[in-house]
Amino acid sequence: MNETLGVIFIVIGVGFDFFGCLGLLRLPDVYNRLQAATKCVTLGTCSILFGLILYKGFGPAGIKAVLCIIFLLLTSPVAAHALARGAHKSGVKLCKGSVCDKYEEDKK
Amino acid sequence: MKSRIILFCLAFLVWVLLTWPVDPQHLAVGIFVCGLAAFITGDMFVKRPHAFKQASRYLWFLYYTPLFIWECIKANIDVAYRVIHPDLPIKPGIIKIKTKLKSDTALTFLANSITLTPGTMSVDIDEDEGILYIHWINVQDQDIRKATEIIAGKFERILARIFE
Repeated sequence: MNETLGVIFIVIGVGFDFFGCLGLLRLPDVYNRLQAATKCVTLGTCSILFGLILYKGFGPAGIKAVLCIIFLLLTSPVAAHALARGAHKSGVKLCKGSVCDKYEEDKK
Repeated sequence: MKSRIILFCLAFLVWVLLTWPVDPQHLAVGIFVCGLAAFITGDMFVKRPHAFKQASRYLWFLYYTPLFIWECIKANIDVAYRVIHPDLPIKPGIIKIKTKLKSDTALTFLANSITLTPGTMSVDIDEDEGILYIHWINVQDQDIRKATEIIAGKFERILARIFE
């Protein structure tokens, strides 16, 4: 039973990872791409690790998977934040359809 | 000193979990390494050690976790929908919101929560005035007060009780 559930979670995770990569290709500029990359890939990977916990139980592998989930949730938003800030500081413009850019206004 | 002890306990817990199953050799190395790390960097880790003793903070954290996971799943379905939709329904922009949170940890968690919730990602932060710059994939409102309510309203109150 647990193994079936584990496989289901792993399949869901792979699906979300796929959507994240598709977003990387389809969305127009670096900020939108980061949105897809952080959200989908974080939850997708967490889902895969959660599936692993269900599949393997709380053995050595399961406990490491728990740690990985915690560190992923803590670090991947920070990485996205740093990338977005760096991109904006080095002058990457928002894509054409953008509505507003308050950050640019405040910097002047 | 209290800050060092807290850091040592946390680091040692992570070490034990990493080297599971427990083994005396690993434990000895772990005590040495965690002790060294706690001795060198300990005074930067916790500014207010007394906050760790208050039980209500842990209870609010337990309430915050499922809420956060639910928002996270919603965010994923939202982004996946936008990505596979043939017309690519996005209306991106960078807006700013104002937060009442003051402490570093609370601001970090708020920025992280915003990044993992539907359509928003924090770009920069102005600590002195409590202003966060948010990239929003589907801008609903450019007004600072309404945007704050939509984006941060849910988390701000809970995070204030956990970290402030």
